[in-house]
Amino acid sequence: MTPSDYARPDSLPQALHLLAGGGWRVLAGGTDLYPGAGAQLAGPILDLTGVAELTGITQDGTGLRIGSATSWADLAEGHLPDALLALQQAARQVGGRQVQVAGTLGGNLCNASPAADGVPPLLVLGARVELASSAGLRQMLLTDFLRGPRQTALQQGEMLTAILIPASALQGRSAFVKLGARRHLVISIAMVAARLVVADGRLAEVALGVGSCSAVATRLPRVEAALTGVPVDQALTRIREPDVTVALSPIGDVRASATYRAHAATELVRRAVARALA
Amino acid sequence: MIAFTLNGAPALIDAPPTERLSDTLRERLGLVGTKVGCDAGDCGACTVLLDGKAVCACLTPAARVQGRQVTTIEGETPELTRLRAAFLVQGAAQCGICTPGMLLTAAELLTLTPQPTADQVEAALGGVLCRCTGYRSIIAAVVAAGQAAGQVAAIPVIEGLVGAPVQRLDGAAKVAGDSFGADDWRPGSLIVKAVRSPHPHAAFQIGDLGPFRAQPGVAAVFTAADIPGRNAFSVIPPFADQPAIATSPARFRGECVALVAFEADAPPDLTAFPLTWTPLPALATPDAAEAGPLIHATRPGNLLVEGRVQKGDAAKALAASAHVVEGSMTTAFVEHAYIEPEAGAAWMEGDSLVIRACTQAPGMDREDTATILGLPTTRVRIIPSAVGGGFGSKLDLSVQPLIGLVTLRTGRPCRMTYSRAESMTSTTKRHPAKMTGRIGCDAMGRITGVEFTGRFNTGAYSSWGPTVANRVPVHVSGPYLTPAISARARAIHTHGPVSGAFRGFGVPQGALWQETLYDRLADKAGIDRLQFRILNALTDGDASATGQVLRAVGIRDCLTALQPHWTRALQDAAGQPGRGVGVAACWYGCGNTALPNPSTIRIGLSQAGEVVLHQGATDIGQGSNTVIAQIAAQALGLPLSAFRLIGPDTALTPDAGKTSASRQTFVTGRAAKAAAEALRDMVLRRANAGQGAALALEGAAVVLRDAGLVTQIDLAALPPDAHGYALSAEATYDPPTSPLDAQGQGTPYAVYGYGAQMVELAVDAALGTVRLIKITAAHDLGRVINPTLARGQIEGGIAQGIGLALMEEYLPARTENLHDYLIPTFGDVPPIESLLIEVPDPEGPYGAKGLGEHVLIPTAPAILNAIRHATGADITRVPVLPHRLYAALGDLT
Repeated sequence: MTPSDYARPDSLPQALHLLAGGGWRVLAGGTDLYPGAGAQLAGPILDLTGVAELTGITQDGTGLRIGSATSWADLAEGHLPDALLALQQAARQVGGRQVQVAGTLGGNLCNASPAADGVPPLLVLGARVELASSAGLRQMLLTDFLRGPRQTALQQGEMLTAILIPASALQGRSAFVKLGARRHLVISIAMVAARLVVADGRLAEVALGVGSCSAVATRLPRVEAALTGVPVDQALTRIREPDVTVALSPIGDVRASATYRAHAATELVRRAVARALA
Repeated sequence: MIAFTLNGAPALIDAPPTERLSDTLRERLGLVGTKVGCDAGDCGACTVLLDGKAVCACLTPAARVQGRQVTTIEGETPELTRLRAAFLVQGAAQCGICTPGMLLTAAELLTLTPQPTADQVEAALGGVLCRCTGYRSIIAAVVAAGQAAGQVAAIPVIEGLVGAPVQRLDGAAKVAGDSFGADDWRPGSLIVKAVRSPHPHAAFQIGDLGPFRAQPGVAAVFTAADIPGRNAFSVIPPFADQPAIATSPARFRGECVALVAFEADAPPDLTAFPLTWTPLPALATPDAAEAGPLIHATRPGNLLVEGRVQKGDAAKALAASAHVVEGSMTTAFVEHAYIEPEAGAAWMEGDSLVIRACTQAPGMDREDTATILGLPTTRVRIIPSAVGGGFGSKLDLSVQPLIGLVTLRTGRPCRMTYSRAESMTSTTKRHPAKMTGRIGCDAMGRITGVEFTGRFNTGAYSSWGPTVANRVPVHVSGPYLTPAISARARAIHTHGPVSGAFRGFGVPQGALWQETLYDRLADKAGIDRLQFRILNALTDGDASATGQVLRAVGIRDCLTALQPHWTRALQDAAGQPGRGVGVAACWYGCGNTALPNPSTIRIGLSQAGEVVLHQGATDIGQGSNTVIAQIAAQALGLPLSAFRLIGPDTALTPDAGKTSASRQTFVTGRAAKAAAEALRDMVLRRANAGQGAALALEGAAVVLRDAGLVTQIDLAALPPDAHGYALSAEATYDPPTSPLDAQGQGTPYAVYGYGAQMVELAVDAALGTVRLIKITAAHDLGRVINPTLARGQIEGGIAQGIGLALMEEYLPARTENLHDYLIPTFGDVPPIESLLIEVPDPEGPYGAKGLGEHVLIPTAPAILNAIRHATGADITRVPVLPHRLYAALGDLT
């Protein structure tokens, strides 16, 4: 590999300038790219880990901004609103410590796995993504960004620069539950994030996201509707399996059968709601 | 150029920027203490610290370390120093392949959390896999290292005879980053890569090799036609059927069909290799194979071997029984998943072909490699590297004939390291089994008879299939008095992975069937499940299923030792939804089944005053380097610290046989005891001293003190013997066994070990998941040679039993990595209480029995029995993945 096959820019404009030239594979934490690489990672590689603008978490009146190259470990250790507890809990369950130190939230989204741990916690935050190219910035909902398994809305010359959480979604408290056949290093059978806003003993706002049970992780509009306005102590009784499964299209694979996934998702929704209320 | 700080010193390296840091460290900087287990971030073995933070070096581009601090296992920090000491004291390093990654990950934890709790250790280290220890000793070591901060670290035990918790003699190497198969090679070694079948069954045609050979960097290409000797091997020579390099058709996915040797600096790219595949129908299961076309022309019905044991009239006994249960059990392919993929290096020394590789069986490697390469065995030397886990699979040849061929034919040194996927696809597995049958008892609960048939998927080639087929019927009664038995086990070829040896040779599968039926039978008879087992436990003087009259039978002691724990556990579980308690037992014959099985040990006193132990038993982490030396030190009467170990090395050590069948402590231990006693006798005779004389080494002299009399032998003054020693002795021990007759009657083993385990767990019925709470393990070792190592074996075996029960299922083409193939992680192994029972065996050294495989056998059935206790569900298939348990619970309603 010659030097031109690898670049590690130290500023965003420089990175965007290079990216505009085309032909790059973008590398962040490397926790998805290297496992698929074989003996040698094929280039040309644009390594974004030197771009300071892409890391860190900031908050202002409009909401919260998470740099796309922010690591799981930094997310887990950040002092963040309770609405992001699900994201922090997910961050502590991605791979092991080694993967959490290197892996990034933006990389997780761009890899677009149906089992991406970062997606359900962001879905319940109504997250948007910021995409940048040498032509400028654009934003879109995360749900529009994720087009399918391994498919995103990224265009040629464009990179994911930040995940944006609107201020309105920073209310309440969230929780994340993940199901696998072992304790650590789990690619989930199913996972659920829940964010709940409670007012006057009732669920004023309900956001639920399920991963690993459909081509792209999804919200559960029917369950959310069924729970909204319900007294907190009745919440769990209102979660019905048909309302969950109507939103899902689980597959059977080495980890679990499709029917089990649908059932487990419902149970995990109950547990995530209970945990968010705890 | 990349400039960084490496272990505190400036480093400058020219490497491709996206090269994996693990490769840069190992290949360019020679720091081979960083181990590569998967190249995918799944195992954590390659963990290094980058600016103090744990990262997988295999996921880190070399360029990213520019200007930063990298700490590897070759480095030293205060945390690492404390951790290394604690690992040695706790026995937290067994094979040592995961140890560097464990130590560095723990070192980061100690900098962030100086005195972590066990839970904090588990969470922090969860990204590193270990296949040997069961993790508990590692957790204990890290907690202890935290508590040792600012104090003198725990004092290691480095001296001691039989019974002492001596730390491993090879421990210092383990905590420094030991030298495994991939870690030592000659300069300029060619890189060897195998071309493998992507199909389970396919014809293939190799095209014109001319253009491929002409590619820059391609040094040589070899196919089956280039094999100079007999292109067929098996661990059991009469069954030799597996080619080192296949001719068409390939019979399983992952089979080697060609070899390419690349120059060291060339990218080892096989994509242009000219090969045309024609997939053929594959026989995936024994069902299909029994009725299908023959995989090997000489084996009708694709039957490799049927083993049987017939005693009394089982059908009649069952017909007359008060209670009879009938049931089946199905198990999956299980992958050994040692963290060290197969690796080795070869070079010529004069006329001799030297092969250094990971192995459990250097003697067998030597003979088989010589046969394949058409060499006399005297021209092949096998030097086992440190072995990063074996568990049975490294008994079979892997890289040895391949690198041997390349070096023999090119005259150049070479090396080969399997990728994780290659290791998983091309090497052996535990046999999937489908077992069914009946067990009966009388009105008092006494076993009357057993009928058993099992079909074992032995895959494409023989490997240890015959051993499994023969071992299972011998053991399937369990350690219980069984007056009548009819047991048959068939090993059937398929186009699956080659099934071979895996800790227990089929006995764990058989025990899953038998022990789960025992629980149902105990319930029918209305007897407490533990009492039912105690009632039926074999006793001295009882005859086994093969008619062997047994002695030193420890099963009753093991079961009885569990009694107070059982009572307490049942009370704890009572009234707690989802809580269950299960028990299961094991017995296991140590050594080959009814076949010769000798070990030879040599021990010498050098003219310089050293005790030199030629220790040919390969230590794959289980501890034979230490145990054999402890036995020898005890028998000789000189301190362990006076010993220097040589080998294993087929040029330097007599053959101590293979590390399998839980035989090393027993068989090689007996040889070591005999050799050391013979040497002691030589010393005593020479000094005219009595048997009770105390020996000491003082300089180059042996000093004997006997009833106030002090005599001295000046070793330097003695002429060297044939082995170059002042005095030396060699002894061979072969366990007394007899062949089994047509009814499977005879004395297949000289020594049996026994054990029983109790599992406490909680089932989450809504999700079908299982949380293990505690495992209590009582094992009869005859005599405990080293309690730390014994506990390590128990904990590690239990971890593999947990995997067998709850998560491990190898599916070709679908689980060929360590994230889809699940092995237990930190947190999947609960606290384990080991009860070491000693019922001395007159045949074992100082009474010792084998342990290595026994420890895995009861775990999985005890888990299933606890699940049944918790939920009422009869589980008939493992692994009990959550969706399967959930379905089984649904069937109840």
